[in-house]
Amino acid sequence: MESDPNKIIGEVTQSDYKYGFVTDIETEYAPKGLSEDTVRYISGKKNEPAFMLEYRLKAFRHWLTMKEPKWAHLEIPPIDFQDIFFYAAPKKKKEYESLDQVDPELLATFNKLGISLEEQKKLSGVAVDAVIDSVSVKTTFSDTLSKYGILFCSMSEAVQHHPELVKQYLGSVVPYTDNYYAALNSAVFSDGSFCYIPKGVRCPVELSTYFRINAANTGQFERTLIVADEGAYVSYMEGCTAPQRDENQLHAAVVEIVAMKDASVKYSTVQNWYPGDKNGKGGIYNFVTKRGICKGNNSKISWTQVETGSAVTWKYPSCILLGDNSVGEFYSVAVTNNHQQADTGTKMMHLGKNTKSTIISKGISAGKSNNSYRGLVRISKNATNSRNYSQCDSLLLGSGCGAHTWPYIQVENKSSIVEHEATTSKISEDQLFYCQQRGMNAESAIGLIVNGYAKEVLKQLPMEFAVEAQKLLSISLEGSVG
Amino acid sequence: MQGAVKQCITKELMLTLYGDRRAVISANDYPGLTALRDDAIRRFQELGFPTTKLEAWKHTDLKESFAKEYDVVLKADDAVDVQKVFRCNIPHLDTAIMGQLNGEYVSKDVPLMTLGNGIIMGSLAEAMKKYPALIEAHLGKYADSVTDSFTALNTAFSRDGVFIYVPDNVKSPKPVQIINVIHHDENLFLQSRNLIVLGKNSRLSLVHCDDSYNHQPSFSNVVTEIHLGEHAFMDHYKLQNLNNSSTLISSVYFQLEAAAGLESHYISLNGGLLRNNLRLRFNGPHGNANIYGIYLMDRKQHTDNQVFVDHAFPDCTSGELFKGILDEHSSAVFNGHVLVERNAVRTNAYQSNRNILLTETAKINSKPFLEIYNDDVKCSHGSTTGQLDQDAMYYLRQRGIGEESARMLLMYAYADEVIGKIAIDPLRRRVEDMVKKRLQGELQICEACVLHCNTPENPVEFTIDMTKI
Repeated sequence: MESDPNKIIGEVTQSDYKYGFVTDIETEYAPKGLSEDTVRYISGKKNEPAFMLEYRLKAFRHWLTMKEPKWAHLEIPPIDFQDIFFYAAPKKKKEYESLDQVDPELLATFNKLGISLEEQKKLSGVAVDAVIDSVSVKTTFSDTLSKYGILFCSMSEAVQHHPELVKQYLGSVVPYTDNYYAALNSAVFSDGSFCYIPKGVRCPVELSTYFRINAANTGQFERTLIVADEGAYVSYMEGCTAPQRDENQLHAAVVEIVAMKDASVKYSTVQNWYPGDKNGKGGIYNFVTKRGICKGNNSKISWTQVETGSAVTWKYPSCILLGDNSVGEFYSVAVTNNHQQADTGTKMMHLGKNTKSTIISKGISAGKSNNSYRGLVRISKNATNSRNYSQCDSLLLGSGCGAHTWPYIQVENKSSIVEHEATTSKISEDQLFYCQQRGMNAESAIGLIVNGYAKEVLKQLPMEFAVEAQKLLSISLEGSVG
Repeated sequence: MQGAVKQCITKELMLTLYGDRRAVISANDYPGLTALRDDAIRRFQELGFPTTKLEAWKHTDLKESFAKEYDVVLKADDAVDVQKVFRCNIPHLDTAIMGQLNGEYVSKDVPLMTLGNGIIMGSLAEAMKKYPALIEAHLGKYADSVTDSFTALNTAFSRDGVFIYVPDNVKSPKPVQIINVIHHDENLFLQSRNLIVLGKNSRLSLVHCDDSYNHQPSFSNVVTEIHLGEHAFMDHYKLQNLNNSSTLISSVYFQLEAAAGLESHYISLNGGLLRNNLRLRFNGPHGNANIYGIYLMDRKQHTDNQVFVDHAFPDCTSGELFKGILDEHSSAVFNGHVLVERNAVRTNAYQSNRNILLTETAKINSKPFLEIYNDDVKCSHGSTTGQLDQDAMYYLRQRGIGEESARMLLMYAYADEVIGKIAIDPLRRRVEDMVKKRLQGELQICEACVLHCNTPENPVEFTIDMTKI
């Protein structure tokens, strides 16, 4: 190989984070720090019914008894929870009747991010809920959706208009006792998306939430709840970006999915939070709890994620396969560069009979980053005839990075079959040579090989996302030669 | 049994015992060793006995083992009928036998001998007196008394065990066999320590058997340190066939210098609770290690294999293949960890764990873990859990083979991948035979033999000529 790997890897690290701008919007904050008063403030600000405040306070009190988890393969400097704004919202009028009333700065922000909030752009065929800092700014397409009986709105609206649904499902998949960050989120979550698909309805458009952290010194704690009733289908997408700042910002979200009998939910994420600069300064701490439950028979939940951002990622989208014949899927591409750290994977809890799960995880690490896959496949005693197939591969680019695989496999019955395989290697010299021999330069050869490597996952993404994800991959790894 | 105190084993008891009996324990020490013991007991004080709250012990609960009362052995009886205790019934297996009874090296008349080719073998306690410099250069250098509490406890308390030294360029003509037997009328808590040192370019086959005679509960905490010099090669076999009330924590620490080679075989046929800690460090380039394991468990037996391979130097190759068949209420844990350090370029590492569950109540926890800090590596791991291949079963049934026989045949073929790697022919044939019997449920531990495999209809008795020892 003629090209000097170090030089080319150096070039990779210089690829810019193009979403690093800050929007100048008037923002109102909750007082800095965390106490019961903060929780009451947030709940009051949202004009929430009493049960919500109670729920938040219970979660907060439980959080006080918990300790930060230390088991992940991550180095996280201590987080000062009193130095964070737990609520920040663009100052706004009560409700937006039409787009004209939305702050033009906000619209410009989302246009810059390539997110269409304008309903005219029906061609995009995606209903968007845009969340900036702590609150949802605008949900598009809600009228069309309401014709089908689909509820798609911000969490705060859901609490106001559909309290019975929220009360029934909130915390039913991820209880506030689940873990440290889930407890924190349950106490202070400010907004997020709520989605309910009624019986037998196939959601005609892709639903999407776009998360943006804008204000400095704030943490973002959003909560997403998706309920697919019997025989319903929905495809849901989530995207996220944040400005380039020197300090670390905290993002602790919770996503809950409930799939009833014969329902199917597909959840796709392109996570592109600001990863910090090339010396590891700044960036988002992404501590997310995502979990779905296949409650009814023949239900299906599929997670697809492309992780390229965040200074630290701690995220395990999981499936509880409770219904018989239910299916869980997890497809992931995680890219880390510079000083990024990722500890991500999934949990597949097989409880029902004939349940199936598939895990495809592709890790790519470059620079001085550490990329870990951590997954659990648990087949319980009653989950007879269950099947799991896991494949987690790691690709290493450069001699300074690390790739780790932690699969936990627990099987408690004899009729199930669990397979796990993993490989770790650098880009094959043979493949590179082959491409270069045919006139490709090293950069595009790498791009081709990496894209091919990740293809199994990328092809699971909805079309709108697949294009973005592929671009993101090539930006993140432009020209790296191992 | 001198110094025996029958009690439940607790951290406090061990600390008090060490405080009270330090003089007895360290009576034979060379000067540096007592300091090592003191450090180790301090670490043990900090660590305590592991609980299921620790990641490494999550699926192995020692509660039942600790609920029993034991005699803590500080110094064993001197008078033992060696002829009666040590018999090996492997036909045509010609080995130099070293006996260990209840943790102590037996054959007190010749506690340490030097063979014509310079190989030294015998009691570790004796070797400490005779070759303190040699022992000091190795003892405690490879074992991890800092983070492993059982090893720390062993370092503090252990007084004896087996010592083998193979000088540079010497190839041991026949395998050395260590038979470690637990046989006593009381419940014993034992801690023994073995040290095996292979000089440069030397070669040794070592068969290490852990057996029990009766059904008396016992708790052993055994630490073995094995050092392989440059270009040395070791063929290592660990056969475990203990009674169902025994608990064995066996920690083996290998250190491989440049271009050293190791073939290690773990064959666990019976045992109440077996925990095998195997830690291996490549301390020079071009090392090569293969670790094979087979565990056949039934009743409420539990086996836990923890394998850690540290690739600290470039160009080393390691392979792990562990297979298990779990019947009835048995459970197994496989925890493989391969660490490839920053400068260990051109590393090849392979891990594989396969399990067959035969009942609804058998359990397996498998965690093949790769930790890699270097891009020039080829590492892979695989883990499967399932049943016997239905197609193969169909094939056999179609050819008129009964279901039961077909099952046996398939299970045997499954186990053979590991057993077939045994390089000592008589041993392999014997293990094949034992596995066949074990699969038919015949092999149980019984009163009168070491390998517990002769059935009344077919008594295979083979008494070792004790003059060999």
